[in-house]
Amino acid sequence: MAQLASDIAGGSLAGRHRKNRLMSWLLTALMAGVVAILVWVLAYVALKGYSALNWTFLTDTPPGNPSDPGGGFANGIVGSLIIVGIATVIAVPVGIGAAIYLSEYGGDRFAGLVRFLTDVTLGIPTIVVGAFVYAVWVLNFGFSGYAGGLAMAVVMVPLIVRASEEMLRLVPNDLREASLAMGVTRARTTLSVVLPAATSGLITGVMLAVARAMGETAPLLLTTLGNDLYMESDPNHRMSTLSLQIFGSATAGFPDALARAWAGALTLVAMVLILYVAARLIGRRNTAKA
Amino acid sequence: MSASGQAAAPPPVTVGAEARALSRQRPRLGDLTFRALVSGSGALIVAIFLAIGIFILDEAWPAISHYGIGSFLSGSRWAPSEAALNLEGKNPYGILQFVYGTVLTSAIALLLAVPIAVGLALYITEIAPSLIRRPLAYVIDILASVPSVVYGFWGIFALIPAVKPVANDLSDWLHSIPVVGPIFAGPFFGPSYFVAALVLAIMVLPIVTAICREVFAVAPLAEKEAALALGATRWEMIKLAILKRSRVGIFGAAILGLGRAFGETIAVTMVIGNSVLGITTSIFGQGATMPSVIANEFTEATEPFHLDSLFVVALCLLVVSLIVNTAGKLIISRVGTRIA
Repeated sequence: MAQLASDIAGGSLAGRHRKNRLMSWLLTALMAGVVAILVWVLAYVALKGYSALNWTFLTDTPPGNPSDPGGGFANGIVGSLIIVGIATVIAVPVGIGAAIYLSEYGGDRFAGLVRFLTDVTLGIPTIVVGAFVYAVWVLNFGFSGYAGGLAMAVVMVPLIVRASEEMLRLVPNDLREASLAMGVTRARTTLSVVLPAATSGLITGVMLAVARAMGETAPLLLTTLGNDLYMESDPNHRMSTLSLQIFGSATAGFPDALARAWAGALTLVAMVLILYVAARLIGRRNTAKA
Repeated sequence: MSASGQAAAPPPVTVGAEARALSRQRPRLGDLTFRALVSGSGALIVAIFLAIGIFILDEAWPAISHYGIGSFLSGSRWAPSEAALNLEGKNPYGILQFVYGTVLTSAIALLLAVPIAVGLALYITEIAPSLIRRPLAYVIDILASVPSVVYGFWGIFALIPAVKPVANDLSDWLHSIPVVGPIFAGPFFGPSYFVAALVLAIMVLPIVTAICREVFAVAPLAEKEAALALGATRWEMIKLAILKRSRVGIFGAAILGLGRAFGETIAVTMVIGNSVLGITTSIFGQGATMPSVIANEFTEATEPFHLDSLFVVALCLLVVSLIVNTAGKLIISRVGTRIA
């Protein structure tokens, strides 16, 4: 503390206050600048997308010739929903199961390893996950919606584990002890006491993971490949997704393809933001209850 | 989605010894099944991790054993069409320029993003009125939830036109200065390392900010109050009681941001120009990164050893991401335990 005092003592009082004001102002300006960038991104997408968005966009497939006007990304929207749906069905039980293991059973070194590898897997670039699923699945069964779903599941699992473990730990220990003291088994306690108490938190975590998967493009490029020709709802075949169609049309260079891509970008951002806001609202209810 | 670099892992939930003694002595079948299922989920994560490494290595192996791993890392020319002409010749799949592109764009991104993230985190934790702190944190998180492909698209049509005059002026002023000049040499066409770095900076900003917030949050309240009680201004308090002890934590946050920047694929692919033939010294030049070349060529890789060589790139990316993320995680957890 002596050093602290001597640090403060330097400089005139007016000068120190001026510096304080200057720095506060600078940090405020920084925050305003970053918010402005966010507004720039969202407003740009909204304006470009809004002028290109119409009903056919949501109900039609792209025209056979990408330079033609009209058409839409209906097959991509359906593809995104199917693939993220497959991924969610795989990732939720595995992710929440692993989180239960970590928070309710995991005190040993293996749990430490699982926790560490969850974090490391979270950091693996998603394009590498795509290459992995290509090697495991696509080389044997071809490009397909299932392959895309599998890749997305690998992306989602660590996200769900991290969020869910945190939520399960928020459940007060008294509840577990009360249940166990009544002779209820560990499994029943977890299923009937711990999980219900953490439900809204778990849902928040899953929804954030779904939002993340919805916007992913890179791993899908290597696994489902895309299909702009017709509506494909059988995940055994190669499918399109919204993100893949935006990527393809944005880099194709035709004005009409660009218009579709902007409408697609707006649709995708809207879907992701709705999921994000809904997840936060549900999560807030959870913290209010606890 | 917010912070992937949480401080030290919390201890597992422990149930009181009395409760455990009271619970059933002989475990039931259902109990055992449940335990096996959830432990299996945990084991599955370990299995997925190992499988990723093994399968990527396995696919990369033919190219590695044919050309030797050293020839990939020493060459900076990626010319798949030359592979078929002379199969026994020199390795046409040099990847040094991708490593260079990845390191350069990530480094510029972090140089821009880390100071801004520190400022944002300080603003949110210390300066903003307490009522808007949480909403501000959410707003920063929204930056992270915008999909990569949307950032790339926005980068092409909104960011590049905005950057163009600035970049051209910069290269006009600086290009004739020795040493520094070549770094800023024009012309600036648009897609470039620099634009990719700008997009990356925006994309890593939320995660670095979130980790910095956590790091600043563990600064002891007593020291903050002591500084204020001794007559420090708020900025002096921030400098003395928060920033001084958070250096390691900020470094850890930067490393984890680096891990994120390394792997970013689609946005970078859309704005970097995808030139694979060599290293361009100018930051306004066009290039490629490890993820971008995989995304660009993977499904069209028909030359001999072409796909295998892309798996070599993926392997490099995997190894780098493991090292960077483990290092970042260790640093952050050390900060957590040291301070607490």
